[in-house]
Amino acid sequence: MPGPSGHACTKTKVSLVSETTHDGTVAVTTPVSPDEGMTPAQLAAKYGLSVSGARPSLVEYVRQLWGRRHFIIAFSQAKLTAQYSQAKLGQLWQVATPLLNALVYFLIFGLILNAGRGMPKDVYIPFLVTGVFVFTFTQSSAMAGVRAISGNLGLVRALHFPRASLPISFALQQLQQLLASMIVLFAVTVGFGSYPTLSWLLIVPALVLQFLFNMGLALIVARMGAKTPDLAQLMPFIMRTWMYASGVMFSIPIMLEDKPAWIADILQWNPAAVYMDLMRFALIDGYGSENLPPHVWAAALGWAVLVAVGGFVYFWKAEERYGRG
Amino acid sequence: MAEQQQGERVPTVIADDLHIVYRVNGARTGKGSATAALSRILKRGEERGVRKVHAVRGVSFVAYRGEAIGLIGSNGSGKSTLLRAIAGLLPAERGKVYTDGQPSLLGVNAALMNDLTGERNVILGGLAMGMSREQIKARYQDIVDFSGINDKGDFITLPMRTYSSGMAARLRFSIAAAKDHDVLMIDEALATGDRKFQTRSEERIRELRKEAGTVFLVSHNNKSIRDTCNRVLWLERGELRMDGPTDEVLKEYEKFTGK
Repeated sequence: MPGPSGHACTKTKVSLVSETTHDGTVAVTTPVSPDEGMTPAQLAAKYGLSVSGARPSLVEYVRQLWGRRHFIIAFSQAKLTAQYSQAKLGQLWQVATPLLNALVYFLIFGLILNAGRGMPKDVYIPFLVTGVFVFTFTQSSAMAGVRAISGNLGLVRALHFPRASLPISFALQQLQQLLASMIVLFAVTVGFGSYPTLSWLLIVPALVLQFLFNMGLALIVARMGAKTPDLAQLMPFIMRTWMYASGVMFSIPIMLEDKPAWIADILQWNPAAVYMDLMRFALIDGYGSENLPPHVWAAALGWAVLVAVGGFVYFWKAEERYGRG
Repeated sequence: MAEQQQGERVPTVIADDLHIVYRVNGARTGKGSATAALSRILKRGEERGVRKVHAVRGVSFVAYRGEAIGLIGSNGSGKSTLLRAIAGLLPAERGKVYTDGQPSLLGVNAALMNDLTGERNVILGGLAMGMSREQIKARYQDIVDFSGINDKGDFITLPMRTYSSGMAARLRFSIAAAKDHDVLMIDEALATGDRKFQTRSEERIRELRKEAGTVFLVSHNNKSIRDTCNRVLWLERGELRMDGPTDEVLKEYEKFTGK
């Protein structure tokens, strides 16, 4: 419905001197009205307009994010489905990929390098497979997170939604991928003689805490990756170093027996090692609490809360700047 | 209050001396070699290896409720950038945009995935635009019918990569147009699909205009601007060259472009 009035006289451009900005003159096309002479800021205030693209408060941001929960879930599922949709075996690859991964590591570290170092085979193989899957969960969350904003600029520049939706969605996608891998993991564990016991229930809190940690990590690297896209090139090397330092394919205390104790302590307390150890402890009969560092659950909880909350706030602080490119 | 006398002159979008600058990495010189990149990093300076593109330079205007505003200008004059800045999607370098509610850009292309079925894309696109699951369920059939995807068989259950480009464009428009907006911005969306679909989509845009407070339309088609807009902003090199009623601005613009 075109506004019929007011346009006969819009030809004249009225120059107003803006009082709030120091940028000089502001040309506003406006008919003679009571609003004439007001600065844009005053006019905006009078009609209750808000600054477009301003960062909402932290509470408001969480509320917006909660409102978008269906989008976050649908986006992660869509990404997961789209990943294998052109393959002939389709979604079977969700299980086959981690299985092949575990086989490769077993071939190299289990058979050729004998990294088990005296661990019996029926403990070492589930130990290795658990380590690979749990670390892959963190690794792929970080790798996806670093590209969450920089790889989806089209989406960021086209639609309005809390940007944290993207890294969280990618972390969620990796969680679903891990749940598919768990089928393989259970089969391997049972195949090597560790049958389901009550301790398997510990998988749930361990996974929840690791997911929180991964989400925070994805948020942190997403902001860094949005500012410096080069980080995506660097990430594989950082992650590989982290993997070898976390004892994915060997037991840290056994491997570092003859080194100063503090090195092993630091490595064992790093979040990746903590979450791997918890999962191994829950699943494998021959991997008792003597292999875990003290206060391991407190460490798992501490890392999760620290990184999740810190990462969220860190990401939110730059909310209005994503998409500048 | 004084503004009651002019009830229909309620501003919905105010742009105040808006500047938008793009930063492009690794486009400083023609040389793309690794050594050139290295020397750029080693050279001290505040913005190393970054080229700035000043896309919008000090644009100011006030848009009122009920207006349909066309944006014209040659390619690269900053029309699409200005729309994105109004929507709050591109951060402003300087200046501010004030808006009433959340302006939305008509377009969900970026949220859709070619490997998914049309059906899942309708849901995903709707969620991405901020609709609730219930709203999408209620509108699902309308969206599919409007797109006409199923006219030639059950295509909605096939992946979008199997669609012809026209079919995909129709589905995208149908998803995007399913939502009601306060301030609506359309970027060349009219040019999709066959003649029959174009007529249908122009009709839908007029409907959206009635529901929306203010409509912005970017187009190179002067006829569609004339048909739908009552005010035109003419941008050239990122600056606002003219702002006024459609006929006057289009007359000057046609003189400028030599038509």
